[in-house]
This record gives sequence, structure tokens and C-alpha cells, in this order.
Amino acid sequence: MLEVKDLVVNYGAVEALKGISFTIEKGEIVTLIGANGAGKTTTMHTISGLVRAKSGSITYNGEDLLKIRPSKLIEKGIAHVPEGRHVFPEMTVDENLDMGAYSCKDKKAVEAIRDDVFEKFPRLRERRRQLAGTLSGGEQQMLAVGRALMGQPSIILMDEPSMGLSPILVEEVFSIIEEIHKAGITVMLNEQNARMALAIADRAYVLETGKITISGKASDLMQDERIRKAYLGQ
Amino acid sequence: MSIFLQALINGLNQGAIYALIALGYTMVYGILRMINFAHGDFIMVGAYTIFYTAPIMVSYGMPAWMAVLIAVVVCAIVGVLVERIAYKPVRGSGSISALITALAMSLFLENLAMVLFGPNPKTVLKIFKLPMITILGAKIQMKYLLTLGIGIAIMILMNVFVHATRIGKAMRAVPQDKEAATIVGIDVDRIITLTFAIGCALAAVAALMYVSTYPRCTTDMGSMMGIKAFIAAVLGGIGIIPGAMLGGIIVGLIEIFVKIYLAPGWYEAITYGILIVVLLIKPSGILGKNTGVKV
Repeated sequence: MLEVKDLVVNYGAVEALKGISFTIEKGEIVTLIGANGAGKTTTMHTISGLVRAKSGSITYNGEDLLKIRPSKLIEKGIAHVPEGRHVFPEMTVDENLDMGAYSCKDKKAVEAIRDDVFEKFPRLRERRRQLAGTLSGGEQQMLAVGRALMGQPSIILMDEPSMGLSPILVEEVFSIIEEIHKAGITVMLNEQNARMALAIADRAYVLETGKITISGKASDLMQDERIRKAYLGQ
Repeated sequence: MSIFLQALINGLNQGAIYALIALGYTMVYGILRMINFAHGDFIMVGAYTIFYTAPIMVSYGMPAWMAVLIAVVVCAIVGVLVERIAYKPVRGSGSISALITALAMSLFLENLAMVLFGPNPKTVLKIFKLPMITILGAKIQMKYLLTLGIGIAIMILMNVFVHATRIGKAMRAVPQDKEAATIVGIDVDRIITLTFAIGCALAAVAALMYVSTYPRCTTDMGSMMGIKAFIAAVLGGIGIIPGAMLGGIIVGLIEIFVKIYLAPGWYEAITYGILIVVLLIKPSGILGKNTGVKV
């Protein structure tokens, strides 16, 4: 479904990604784990077109993503839940969801998806007229996920969804990811919380300073001595 | 009493013109956090377009004010060209670069107009054939009330537009978070271009109102109007649509009342003085939220 090949990304003179390759198949949860600054967010931003690649390729269902305008990705079925949530703070919950469905001009369809999203996140329905900037961190994360779902994606890119949340909310976010996955949406998940990520993922890639060092089935990686030491604290 | 009423109406008329120009400033600032100092010059572009096209309208048996439709299109096109050619390349290289580019565009437009239309002022033909009415002994031009009505109507329309339509909401979303806007599928460049087009189209409407009150075009007419409207926008709270209207009306009323009741030569000093006082007390303007951002 999504294939990244020999991807190189530079920030000025700094090489952030040094030629990484990975694939995501339809229906999978694939996680990219690694420390801060390893290049997880850069990878996602390059897929979303927010950062330019220096070389390499990203293909999605056979189409070259690097040639598509970033604002067209949602129409292709790629949604992005950015790190730090990035909701529109001065807009209401409802308006944020409207923006998630920006590329859909059919008002009736938008309302139907909105109902689905509220079904999943009843808290958002309660707060639909509230400004997103006044929501708690957990609620903002729900809103960011809800906004992404409004675009009816086939794949959702989630960047550090557990960041800054309390352990209970982290559990909740992960159960939501599983729920989304069960609904037939492919998930790419960037996480520092390797334990949680490996528990729900099918496959995983470990990113270290711009290079993929380990990859494999999530269940195998959980047993891997190197990962247990470096990422699971055992 | 009759003088007061007359001053009030004249002030509101003047204020509505400033308000429409201020609306353009505010919309562009709202989306780009950039002061488009060339904005006032779009009044000039609009006024010359009306000067040249109003006689054509009349010769085809249409009312002269219909020329504003052409002016709206011309201003929107020139606005989009200015944005694409001059502002877009310097976007992202800091607010000082944008400011200097805008000042340069202002000079460029004024000098281009000088070359194209010549240095002599042009007299625009009569736009509205509306009667003068007498209320409580005050002679009131109907066209002034019309100007005020159009000003208020456009402000309400713009407010509804940015809150209730898909494109309007996108115009609010872009300045809040450009990255998130791109992610959800908003073409940020297109929204910015559209904002310029709308702001400049409003300047064309302001130009119509201006020439119906003062039927003269000069190549530098925009710079003074631009400064007044800028003051209006900052006074009301820049980036806020009702703030532009309020600021415009306040500046217009101050001008006329000072001219009539105090001293004709002092109106600008007093307008600037009030701006300074308001900014000292509330730097974000009358309707602005205090976020610590200074213009």
C-alpha cells in the first residue's frame, strides 16, 4: 500500500534521514519506534508532503507521492494526526471536524461521518461548541484523531499520540487505535512508548539517528534482546 | 441639533469608507500576519477604473454605479497579481521583508498610475442620483446613508462568510495552524490568494463610495486613505472583522466632528492622538484579545 524507498531528507546541512526503506501493507498496524530525534516525525512529514525529500521515493498504491500537492493527500485517503495534536485552537470542536472533511463537499455525507466520530468520542459531542484551545490534552488528542477520521482515510498516520498524556489516557488512545484498525483503516504509528506500540502493532521498524536498524514482526521484536535493553527497559 | 445630525451622518459616511478599506487590511493581516501597506492604493486602482468605465456604463444606458462591478474584478486581479509576483516570493523570509515589499508595491502602483493616467487629477462623473432629504432641519445626502448601509451589509456578510462557509472557515484555519490546514486538505496558497482577491474587491467598493462623495481621482489618493484605514483597523483590533468596522466608524466620526466643532486643521492630530492613547491602554485594539502581539 505504502512503500518508502531509500528516503533521504536533509535539514540544511543535517541529514535527518539517511536512506530509509520500509513498507506498509493494507490492513496492518506498522509502528516506527525510536528515541527523540531519530527521525520518526521527519519520516511522517515527508510522507505528508510537509517536508521535502532530497532523494528516494514514496509510492502509495503505485502512485508517486512526492509529485502530489500535500493538500491533495487526504483525497487519496491518507490522513495525518500530527505530533502535538495541532487542532485549530480558535475554532470550535465542530468547526475542527468540518475542516477535517474539507475536501468533501457533500454536506449530508459530512454529517453522517460526524455522527460516527461522535459515536466513537462522546466527549467531543458534549463539547462540540467549545473552542478546541480550551480542551484538555486528552480531548485535543481525540479531536485530532476525529478530525483525521472526518477525511474518511484508508491509512492514518499517527505521530506520537500518547505524548504528554496520563497513563489512563494512553491506554484509551491505544484502544482507539485498535478500534480504528478494526474498522479497516491501515495505521502507521510513530511511538516512543515502545511497549504499548509493539503490543498492538503487526510489524515494527526501529529508527536510530536516521537509519532503520532493526525490523520485523512486533511479537518477535518484543523478545529481541537489543530492544528489550534499549526500549523496554528490561 | 441640525449641525450635529449632519455631522453625524457625514462622519458615518466617511467612517464606512474607512471601514471597508480597513476590512481589507484586517483580512490580509488575519491570514498572513502581514500589513499590506499597498492596500490603500487599491482604492486608487478602483477609483481610476470607475473613472474610465462609468461613462461607458452610462453610454449603454446603465447606471453609473455599475462601473463598480468592473472595478471589483480589476482590483481583485491586480491584488492577486501583486500577491503572486511580489509577496509570495518573500513569504517566510520575515515580517520586515514583507513590510518593505509592501511599501515598494505601494510606490510602484502609484508611479505606474502616474505613467498610465498622467499627473492631473480626474473628475469622476456623478455616481448616484439621489435626493437630499431634510430631517430635523439637517440636510442629509441620501447617498451617505446608502454608503453606511452598504458598509454595514458587507461587514455582516463577511462575518457570516468566515463563520458559516467551508472556504470562510478555511480562511480562519490557515493562520491558526498552516501545517494542520495542509494536512486536512486546505490548499494554503489558494486560500491566501483568495483572501487578497476579496480584500482588494472590497477596496473597489470603498473606491465607489469615495468617488461618490469626493468625485476626484489622484494617483496618491490611496496612501492617505490607506493610513487612515490602517489606523482604523489597529484601533478596532487588527485581524477582527467587527473591529475594522468599529475602528473605521470611530475614525470617520472623529474627523468630521473635530473639523466642525473644534478646528479643521487638527483632525489628523487628534485621530493619531486617540490611536496612541488606545494602544497605550489596550495594545491589541478595542475589540482585540490581549495576546501580546504588536503590529
